Amino acid sequence: MAKAADPIVKDIQERAEGTVVVLVGEIDYNHSHKLLESLNTVIERRPARLVIDLAAVEHMDSSGLGTLVRIFQQVNGYKGKMALAAMNNRVRNAFEITRLDQFFAIRPTVEEALQV
Amino acid sequence: MTQRPARSMDVPVDLAICSDPENLAFVRRAVERMARQEGFDAGDVDGIVLATDEAIANVMKHGYEGRKDCTIHVRLERIAGREGRRGLQMTVRDHGKQVDPAMIKGRDLNDVRPGGLGVHIIRSVMDEVEYTCPSDGGMQLRMVKYLPDRGEASS
Repeated sequence: MAKAADPIVKDIQERAEGTVVVLVGEIDYNHSHKLLESLNTVIERRPARLVIDLAAVEHMDSSGLGTLVRIFQQVNGYKGKMALAAMNNRVRNAFEITRLDQFFAIRPTVEEALQV
Repeated sequence: MTQRPARSMDVPVDLAICSDPENLAFVRRAVERMARQEGFDAGDVDGIVLATDEAIANVMKHGYEGRKDCTIHVRLERIAGREGRRGLQMTVRDHGKQVDPAMIKGRDLNDVRPGGLGVHIIRSVMDEVEYTCPSDGGMQLRMVKYLPDRGEASS
């Protein structure tokens, strides 16, 4: 099977309100380590507010969830804020089953997440 | 595969994949298609796909400890289980490390930390979950999701 390019981080936007990381595709055990590397690079700059845009994420499993928990713990460690935006029903389901929907700030849009 | 308690309704779909995580997406597609065809609603389809994905990822991570050159067998079949209730059964079979099934538990979700969520997800989504240690080595996980009864809201 030919390997296709499968970037997980589609874009990183520096806005006045904070840093928005736009993710894309399916974040599973195959991709979560790449996601962690990419997000670790972003938080090296210690953004005061980090928003993860999940609108283009079709699937996320426990390894993806675990990666976001790791990042949250680091952002929280330097007193930054982190929020998740625009997740679809399948991704939302994974957060609800694991009760991580009660742990993260989750908003329907990136604009609302930037106000957290 | 060990004896199945439910009655299989037709020829199962048997997949044998290499334990490379790149193959997870392929199995997700097959499971999603079969769950939709069986008549599960979108929420249940999502759950079945997620639980199967978690089960196979666990084999890759723990059963085969990250090796990418081992074989994982996945059987997908339509069944008639308890009281004739229709459902979908997924069986995941490997020849990796054996563990005592009694030790395979989800962790306390109040302890928020990365890792350890896969088993919780599987047990939360599926109606039946059974881990066994076949006599010829490895592990087998049998999971069943039943279609809702008429008049019963799907989860």
